[in-house]
Amino acid sequence: MLPSAEVIRDSALGGVLIGLSAVGLLLVDGHIAGISGILGDALRRRAGAWRYAFLAGLVAAPFLAPLAGVPAVIPTHQTGLIGLAVAGLFVGFGTRLSSGCTSGHGVCGLSNLSPRSLVATLTFMAIAAATVFVVRHGHAFPWGL
Amino acid sequence: MARALQSVAITITAGVFGAIFGTGLILSHMVDPARVAGFLDITGDWNPSLAFVMGGAIVVAAPAFWYARRHQQALLGTPFDLPDRFRITWQLVLGAAFFGIGWGLSGICPGPGIVLVASLTTPALVFFATVLIGLRLADFVKHR
Repeated sequence: MLPSAEVIRDSALGGVLIGLSAVGLLLVDGHIAGISGILGDALRRRAGAWRYAFLAGLVAAPFLAPLAGVPAVIPTHQTGLIGLAVAGLFVGFGTRLSSGCTSGHGVCGLSNLSPRSLVATLTFMAIAAATVFVVRHGHAFPWGL
Repeated sequence: MARALQSVAITITAGVFGAIFGTGLILSHMVDPARVAGFLDITGDWNPSLAFVMGGAIVVAAPAFWYARRHQQALLGTPFDLPDRFRITWQLVLGAAFFGIGWGLSGICPGPGIVLVASLTTPALVFFATVLIGLRLADFVKHR
């Protein structure tokens, strides 16, 4: 079922903001708004100050967004602490190995008409959907899960 | 002097773009793992809103990438740092598959994972810390 018009509007507008951020970082500073890449490079020696500034902007967003009339969002976690720890390892390791995540491959790479990013995006979307299927509907398998 | 000024300008603008990115993630509820999992749950009560987020972002960003492919440098004088578009390797596919497992389990990708750090809650900090470990592990494997 399609979500409400309000949800579709906020999704699209949020996407536009993400797009504007990627446009700004590219056209003004010359960099790709690929978050796993920025975070991974920030852990290495002699990382540019702009990386820390971009990451600080992300962390500051929940404090700044209400000033722009964007209400806070309370996250509902899908798994416990151990699940989150395992997931975090997979997310960190996987995005670094494939040089990109939802922002680097999904938004920037597809915007750049990159076949490489298309392969990555289709792969992580399909595997993520399969993972959610197993976690939520795995009991439907005849052999049980 | 000009170089120092350029570096300061890049740092300040990058901070602003980070805040805009994070605000987009909040407005679109992509910082809520339940919303993301709702998109990934295609056989359940599917919520397509993530597609509108990506669509909105790509429509806005595509013309800028088209421009960047045809020009040499950004407004502040740095060369465009565009990655390779065509090399499809086993690292790309295997890494994306690993990322997919973690994203499916948690409903959190790196951007929202960083924004959620601001909440200083245990789940957010555990996820963020393990992402950092995963990133370093992959560096170790790649540069061995």
